[in-house]
Amino acid sequence: MKKTFSIGGVHPDDKKISAGCAIEVLPTPKKVYISMAQHLGGPAKATVAAGDKVKTGQVIGEPTGFISAFVHSSVTGTVKSVGLRKDLAGIPVIHVEIDVEDDEWMDGIDTTDTIVREIPQDTKFILDRIRNNGVVGLGGATFPTNVKLCPPPDKKADILILNGAECEPYLTSDYRIMLEKSEQIVIGAALMKHVLGVERVVIGIEENKPEAIAKMKEAVASLAAGTAGYSGIEVMTLKKKYPQGGEKQLIDAVTHRQVKSMGLPIDVGVVVQNVATSLAVYEAVQKNKPLIDNTITVTGECFPKQSNLLVRVGTPLSYIVDWLGGIPETAAKAVSGGPMMGKAIANMDAATLKGTSSILFLTEEQTKRKPETNCIRCGKCAEACPMGLEPFLLNKLAKNRMYDELEENAVQDCIECGCCLYSCPANIPLLDIIRIAKGDVIRIIRSRTAPKK
Amino acid sequence: MNRLLVSPSPHIHTRTSTRSLMLDVVIALLPSVIVSILYYGWSAVEILASSVVFCVLLEYLITKYLLKRPCTVGDLSAVVTGIILALNLPPAAPWWVAMIGAVVAIGVAKMTFGGLGQNVFNPAITGRVFLLISFPAIMTTWDGAKGFIGGIDAVSGPTPLGIVKEGLMQGQTIDQIFAANDFSYFQMLFVNIGGSAGEISALAVIAGFIYMLARKVIRPYITLSILVTVAVFSGIFWLIDPSQYTDPLFNLLTGGVLLGSVFMATDYVTSPMSDKGGIIFGVGIGVITMLIRYFGAYPEGMSFAILIMNSTVPLINKFCKQKKYGRA
Repeated sequence: MKKTFSIGGVHPDDKKISAGCAIEVLPTPKKVYISMAQHLGGPAKATVAAGDKVKTGQVIGEPTGFISAFVHSSVTGTVKSVGLRKDLAGIPVIHVEIDVEDDEWMDGIDTTDTIVREIPQDTKFILDRIRNNGVVGLGGATFPTNVKLCPPPDKKADILILNGAECEPYLTSDYRIMLEKSEQIVIGAALMKHVLGVERVVIGIEENKPEAIAKMKEAVASLAAGTAGYSGIEVMTLKKKYPQGGEKQLIDAVTHRQVKSMGLPIDVGVVVQNVATSLAVYEAVQKNKPLIDNTITVTGECFPKQSNLLVRVGTPLSYIVDWLGGIPETAAKAVSGGPMMGKAIANMDAATLKGTSSILFLTEEQTKRKPETNCIRCGKCAEACPMGLEPFLLNKLAKNRMYDELEENAVQDCIECGCCLYSCPANIPLLDIIRIAKGDVIRIIRSRTAPKK
Repeated sequence: MNRLLVSPSPHIHTRTSTRSLMLDVVIALLPSVIVSILYYGWSAVEILASSVVFCVLLEYLITKYLLKRPCTVGDLSAVVTGIILALNLPPAAPWWVAMIGAVVAIGVAKMTFGGLGQNVFNPAITGRVFLLISFPAIMTTWDGAKGFIGGIDAVSGPTPLGIVKEGLMQGQTIDQIFAANDFSYFQMLFVNIGGSAGEISALAVIAGFIYMLARKVIRPYITLSILVTVAVFSGIFWLIDPSQYTDPLFNLLTGGVLLGSVFMATDYVTSPMSDKGGIIFGVGIGVITMLIRYFGAYPEGMSFAILIMNSTVPLINKFCKQKKYGRA
């Protein structure tokens, strides 16, 4: 019996139409725009100014707090400007604009393809490399990885889960790296396992990716046979169900533990990292390479050329799309990320971030919202909610601004996976309304628990 | 430059809609519709057609001229109500009985509450119960219909449940009644002996149930808990005194138990949201049905049981929540 999470979930068509496309290296553009807000927490502070020469891999932004991260230049060239530029939602963020010249990497970065398998014993060395190379979680939240790997002293992890579920339809970047860079991912896992001091690592992959499962199993077996530090790593096949890759759902699926409301995975002894993060950890520690490129899926039925591209951070989205032939006539919406949780792109001139996983084009027929009709009380939203909430009720409470009742009914537990809105036969925009109510309720909870000034 | 849509996630939607769900219910009702037409002939066609036409027409007129809202007949819920109402009527009933039923079902039970999704009571059953109380003679007369299938005698006489109730009142035992009326379970499973259009074939209803389960239109808990409750309740009484109480199989196959538990108790709007709530709801319907059958004045209690339990749904919803993630 294949494992999966115990509550709710939906089964959208997986549409992995770009799965067969090997990762190609996208030529570096003429200009890159590197955002200083590429991670959860405080935005980085730019350390360069217009006119400065930068090399590939050079630090151009410093963390501004505990939860923040370094940002590096993804190219060699001259800083043209440091200033506000619109991100993909159209919100102005500080970007460093660089005119690209011939690639010259910083000293000390190993740019060869040689795989380094030996695990350094010094955990501080590993953590420093992860931090200094700007590694953040690439599963969506872009939380600084070194912080996640240093749980508070009163909490101890006993299992590390690598998230290879890639449960969103269309996305194939994780699948491709699991096929093409399986050994590096496993080495990254072993590095994090050593830092956390856990005995067990589970790499969770959904059943619709049998080739990735086979490849990862092969990599685990060969590393465990040849080198020290690779024991206790296993690949687990999971049932196909969205949102399997949600952190809380994956923990439930793999360990049958459930994170308490408003709690963190470490409370139940678990740390979850995405497979792409594991690859970034490998490159940061074993090759001393900063996180300056990532794999991006460009896909959609209406898009003529399906691809998985290795893209330098800061590449304008329009450059990527134009390189592949431009936005198709029939495209009505461009999404950064998957169709369930991704963000609609308002600004194609925005640049990629460390956490950008895809550009997805959907036609009007695929994406247009239909007019809302009466709730028929079918309960399909409650059946679909992986947190066990009752979206139909939250929707009603939110419309009447009943905040106490919203909190009682756990609106703050919503993970915004979109299952309720996806499954509603009456096309009620459940998540739109619940998302706003959730924000309000969390603010109320915070203001109640915050120390009085 | 293309103009791109921007909206919050999710960006895709399931193909299931209110209309597609209702269409699935209509398809699930087809076996029962076909059996009743074959068995009761033109009178079944007349009652089905008038019931559906009046239900749809009434909803159209009410939304258009009274509420002045966008017309909702496209969601097909009025068609479902119309078919279920017709299947609950004796096929020999005149067309105007169906019309009155439609007025009560759509006009009173559904639209006065605000249309689909807002009503407390199942529209079709409300219509049927109104007719049963207002026109008891018409609602319990099964004569006068001629079927399309040769070899089956013209239908006459009351329903098996009515015969049993009558017989017991005259002091006969169950065995005597069964022997006198030549009841057979085989007959009940395929084509029953007398009954409203939807009650005559258990197999047709079961086929609809399986279809709706396969299409994930409904979950099985409400239906199964009603059937199990009816079987257990009647089983206990039958074991105590088989001469006075009918056996479980008889109770499952006759009357409206199957039709009601599959198509009427499972109505989204008037049944609980959660599976746990659905089981409580189903057990309640089963118990009330059997209490009316064994001890009440009416031979059949399914409609009353569903209506009574409909009124408890808000309360059940309040106390039966599904298990939440990470909360004990």
